[in-house]
Amino acid sequence: MASKSWLNILTFLCGSAVGFVLCSQLLSILLEEQKDIQPSILHNDPHARHSDDSEQNHLEGQMNFDADASQHKDENTDIAEKLYQKVKILCWVMTGPQNLEKKAKHVKATWAQRCNKVLFMSSEENKDFPAVGLKTREGRDQLYWKTIKAFQYVHDHYLDDADWFMKADDDTYVILDNLRWLLSKYNPEEPIYFGRRFKPYVKQGYMSGGAGYVLSKEALKRFVEAFKTDKCTHSSSIEDLALGRCMEIINVEAGDSRDTTGKETFHPFVPEHHLIKGYLPRTFWYWNYNYYPPVEGPGCCSDLAVSFHYVDPTTMYELEYLVYHLRPYGYLYRYQPALPEKMLKEVSQIYKNEDKKVNQEPLKEKHK
Amino acid sequence: MLSESSLFLKGVLLGSTFCVLMTMLGHIRMDYGKSRRHYEHRHLQAPNEDILKLAGGERPELSKSFRVYCIILVKPKDVRLWAAVKETWAKHCDKAEFFSSENVKVLESVNMGTNDMWLMMRKAYKYAFDKYRDQYNWFFLARPTTFAVIENLKYFLLKKNSSQPFYLGHTEKSGDLEYVSVGGGIVLSIESMKRLNNLPSIPEKCPEKGRMVWEVSEDKQLAVCLKYAGVVAENAEDSKGKDVFNTKSVGIFIKEAMTNHPNQVVEGCCSDMAITFNGLTCNQMYVMMYGVYHLRAFGHVFNDVLVFLPANGSDND
Repeated sequence: MASKSWLNILTFLCGSAVGFVLCSQLLSILLEEQKDIQPSILHNDPHARHSDDSEQNHLEGQMNFDADASQHKDENTDIAEKLYQKVKILCWVMTGPQNLEKKAKHVKATWAQRCNKVLFMSSEENKDFPAVGLKTREGRDQLYWKTIKAFQYVHDHYLDDADWFMKADDDTYVILDNLRWLLSKYNPEEPIYFGRRFKPYVKQGYMSGGAGYVLSKEALKRFVEAFKTDKCTHSSSIEDLALGRCMEIINVEAGDSRDTTGKETFHPFVPEHHLIKGYLPRTFWYWNYNYYPPVEGPGCCSDLAVSFHYVDPTTMYELEYLVYHLRPYGYLYRYQPALPEKMLKEVSQIYKNEDKKVNQEPLKEKHK
Repeated sequence: MLSESSLFLKGVLLGSTFCVLMTMLGHIRMDYGKSRRHYEHRHLQAPNEDILKLAGGERPELSKSFRVYCIILVKPKDVRLWAAVKETWAKHCDKAEFFSSENVKVLESVNMGTNDMWLMMRKAYKYAFDKYRDQYNWFFLARPTTFAVIENLKYFLLKKNSSQPFYLGHTEKSGDLEYVSVGGGIVLSIESMKRLNNLPSIPEKCPEKGRMVWEVSEDKQLAVCLKYAGVVAENAEDSKGKDVFNTKSVGIFIKEAMTNHPNQVVEGCCSDMAITFNGLTCNQMYVMMYGVYHLRAFGHVFNDVLVFLPANGSDND
């Protein structure tokens, strides 16, 4: 009898255990399905709609100032926009087939958009990127030949589309707004070119290739003409030096690109290399090449820097963030550069007109 | 047979009922816990641009109404970073002092006489409170690996009443405890400082000595003490919901963005009004000074309600 009641108890307990386990399994399955589907909140959508337009139009170099508008409601870009209209810059970026995805892509995603027009120059054409095919070989010894062909291409197809013609590498970061400020004082019909000026070998100096250089329309015309008339040689393995020599022969002036306090604007290295005292050893070639007295530390670089070189992809985006996004609220910068007089008159006219006109917004046109 | 099977079935029924009851109870507790957690994970936002409509005359007074005292906790091994901080962003605090574990010949500091980070922190807060309670209304604590834009901190604190118990920064969770991560910098209002420093020292609630048996990091320890004093951590964000206190450097954010959203790298990176970045090298401190206080694009003008003038005799800002 006792064993039977034991058996009963055991059976009961077994039953409850089974019931418990089954039930818990069932419930856990049911509850799994109901688990929260947290929507992933993308904080970063203001530019989402623009990524679509820009994919097709990269050859056009659209400058849509409104792209930033939703992020920067308190930002006034009237002056930058005015300069965009007045100082038209065509940029061409020296690149190659193996670097389109590695390097040129990041140029395209950052500063290239701010050129009035941008072209990527490669030895072979790439319709998707898009990149222009110069029909050359690749390699350091081809740089000058590529440069000549690139400028020729630009001259033949886009001479009337811009006032200034900028050459940069796919590891150069360029701040177009500052370049426009620099060039606004000059007339593109004058034969002049700007960059980071080096002193050896050429009497008037020549411009560093990597830091980028920009030719006036007249300078471009003369440069292209010089090859037709054999004034300048085609062969050289040192692109920037050869170009500099040619410029001197054809009487294109090597301009002073420093800001109004004498600080350099085009930089052959990244900010860190110029800002940190002792980073570039005293025996480095750089110290003997600079046309103007070279400075390291805080005085190295203008607030309105135009370019940096040897910029890797991560640093491209970092610079983009530091220049166009992060800022110290309310800070009164020490350097308060002015617009040149002819620009000042036009800008003050804008503000006068805005009082009269209510709905008309002359400056907020989309640039197509 | 029948009686056995019926017994078995009764057992099953009892077991399942018990199970359901337990799950339901657990669920209720979970929900309650979740809603409580939600409420506790507070987000504190920067001033909205639209709300700020201040006349020009108010601006200089307003800019002077916040006084930020900076506490930087250092150890001898940090000496290079310490020097970099001293020469860069610390100059923008209304006052900055370095609190070290021991005296270091080359650099001036307040000697806390201990190697324990929590004890250093506690003593530094006490020192700052005792000495400067009447002169400063906001207290910012950081490590020398952090770069801070004090102007953006002041902008963030605009319209926030320092006689309220604020405890801000980049918050993280450890179990039930919400704490401000020291890497991103810790901001305390004068009211929070008062409460922290007036706490009776009850070892279980707020130990005066550092770790005992188990390791608790100093930032968590601070949160425990503040919680006991009725002060809760809040995560600081801009008007778009992005963190303004960051425990990583710009470079790390960019690298992550290049992997996670390669079409929106810069947009997805960081706030325009970021206050801190962490994990910087010495050189990067100087690059940030140039990048923040100098490098900019011509023709982009801002109409800010606050005005901050550059410091006298400083060459890198």
